[in-house]
Amino acid sequence: MASFDLTDSTVRELNKHLHGSVSGKVTVSNPGGKHSVAVGATDAHEVEINGNVGYYCAGMNADASIVVNGHAGPGLAENMMSGRVHVTGSASQYCAATAHGGLVVIEGDASSRCGISMKGVDIVVKGSVGHMSAFMAQTGRLVVCGNAGDALGDSIYEAQLYVRGKVESLGADCEEKEMRAEHKETLQTLLKSAGITEYAVDEFKRYGSARKLYNFNIDNASAY
Amino acid sequence: MCGIVGLYAKSDRIRENLGRHVGAMLTQMGERGPDSAGAAFYSQSDAASKVTAQHDSAEQIDAVASSVEENYSNASLKRRGSHLVIESSSTSSEMEAWIRSNFPQVRLMSAGERIEIYKEKGHPSEFVNNYALNDITGSHALAHTRMATESAITTSHSHPFSTGLDLCLVHNGSLSNHNRLRVKLMNAGVRFETDNDSEVAAGYLTWRLSKGDSLRQALAAALRDLDGFYTFAIGTRDGFAVLRDPVACKPAVLAETDDWVAMSSEYRAIAQLPGAENARVWEPAPAKIYTWEGDMNGEAAA
Repeated sequence: MASFDLTDSTVRELNKHLHGSVSGKVTVSNPGGKHSVAVGATDAHEVEINGNVGYYCAGMNADASIVVNGHAGPGLAENMMSGRVHVTGSASQYCAATAHGGLVVIEGDASSRCGISMKGVDIVVKGSVGHMSAFMAQTGRLVVCGNAGDALGDSIYEAQLYVRGKVESLGADCEEKEMRAEHKETLQTLLKSAGITEYAVDEFKRYGSARKLYNFNIDNASAY
Repeated sequence: MCGIVGLYAKSDRIRENLGRHVGAMLTQMGERGPDSAGAAFYSQSDAASKVTAQHDSAEQIDAVASSVEENYSNASLKRRGSHLVIESSSTSSEMEAWIRSNFPQVRLMSAGERIEIYKEKGHPSEFVNNYALNDITGSHALAHTRMATESAITTSHSHPFSTGLDLCLVHNGSLSNHNRLRVKLMNAGVRFETDNDSEVAAGYLTWRLSKGDSLRQALAAALRDLDGFYTFAIGTRDGFAVLRDPVACKPAVLAETDDWVAMSSEYRAIAQLPGAENARVWEPAPAKIYTWEGDMNGEAAA
C-alpha cells in the first residue's frame, strides 16, 4: 500500500505512481484543493483521497477505482476511459465531460454541464445537476436522483437520461421517452452499482433524443 | 482567467489576522492572474472618513502627505507601497475634492468610512510582500489577481475598482458590450480612467447606486444590462456580495465556518484558512445574488 500526503509529496509524484503498472491501494491525504490529483491512472489501482480536490481530478482514468472523500472541483473524471470514480461530496462543473467509459458516482450535487459530450460513461448523481447537463451527449447513461437545471440534454445524440425530480427545462431536441422494461432494468443496475437503494426505478422519467437535429432540415428550423 | 478571493471575519482571531489570511489566499490565486494584484480591506476607525490616494512616484505621495499634514492637523496618515491612506474628520468628498484640486496627477483609489484599496501591477506574491498584507487587521476584505485579456496591464487597469463610498468591485471574466455601455455611462456623467471592461461594470454599479438603487437592485439590473462572462464580488461597508452570470462558466466557490465566510475562484485558496477542511462548501448558483453583511446570512434570492 502506498500513501501520499500532498503537503509533502507533489501531485506529480502521486500521478507518476499511478501511471506505473504495479496496482494496489493508494491513499492520498491533504489534497487541499490541488489540481490534477490522480490523473491518468493506467491500472486497477484503488485510490482513496481524503479531502477536497481541485480541477481535473481522476481525468483520463483507465481501470482505477478512485474515491474522493470530499468535494471535487471542475472537470472531475474528464475523458475517463474506464474504472470508477466516486465522490462523497459534490462535484463542480463539467463533471465526466467527454468520458468514454466507466462509472462516475456523485453522492452530492453535480454542477452545470454534467456529462457534457459524454461518449459512453455512466454517471449517477444522488443529488441534482445544474444547467446544460448532457449537452451534446453521445452515448452512455446519466442518472439524476434529484432535479436537473435548464436545457437538459441540449442537442443530445444517443445518451440516455434518467431523472427522478423536476427538470427545469429540456434543451433543443431532447424529449421525454417511454420507460420500458429494459430501461427499468438498466436503471436498476446503475442505481445498484452506485450503491443507491432508497429510490425506486418507477420514480424516474427517461429522456433522450428526438433525433430531429441530426441533419439539417429546413422544416426543423423552428427547433433551433 | 483571473482569481478572486473574499474573506468575511466572524471572530476576533480572524479579524486580527485578516491580512495574513487574505495574503495566503491571494498567493494561491497567483497562477490565475500573474499580471497584477489588488485588495480592498475594511476596518472601522474613529475618523469620519478614509481616502486612499496613489501615485507611482514616492516623491509625489510624500508631497501629498506633507501637504495633508499642513492643512489637516487632525488627519492621520498611513503609507503602504505606492498608496497613502488619509483618515480625517473631514468628509470623504471634501478630502477627495481637496486632493483632486491640489494634486490632480494623484489617483484616488477609494473613499468612505472603512475601505482601503491597494493595487499594483506585478505578481500577486510580490504584492503580498511589498504591501505587508500580513500586518492588516479588519472585518472583511476582497482581493483579485489579474490575467489581462481585454486591456493593458497597468495599476489603473487592476482590480478592485471603486464603485462609490465604501464600495468596490472585482471581476473574473470579460464583458462584450462594455464599449457601448461606457459611452452611455459617460453621457450620464460617470468618470472612467481606463478602457478596461471591468471598470465599466464598476461604473455601471456606481451609476445605478447613485440613482437610488439598493446594491441588490443594482445587481439585478446588471444581470439584464451586462453582456458577457462574469463572476463578480462586490465589497460593501458591512460585508460582500457575489454574483455569477446566467451561463456561469467562470468559477466560484463559497465556504463558511463559525469563524469566517470565504469566497474564491478556487477551493485551494479557501484551503489556506483555519478549519477549511470542516467548512460547509458550496458553489453559488448562476444569476443569484449572495450577500453577507453583519449578522445577515447570505443566499437571499435574486
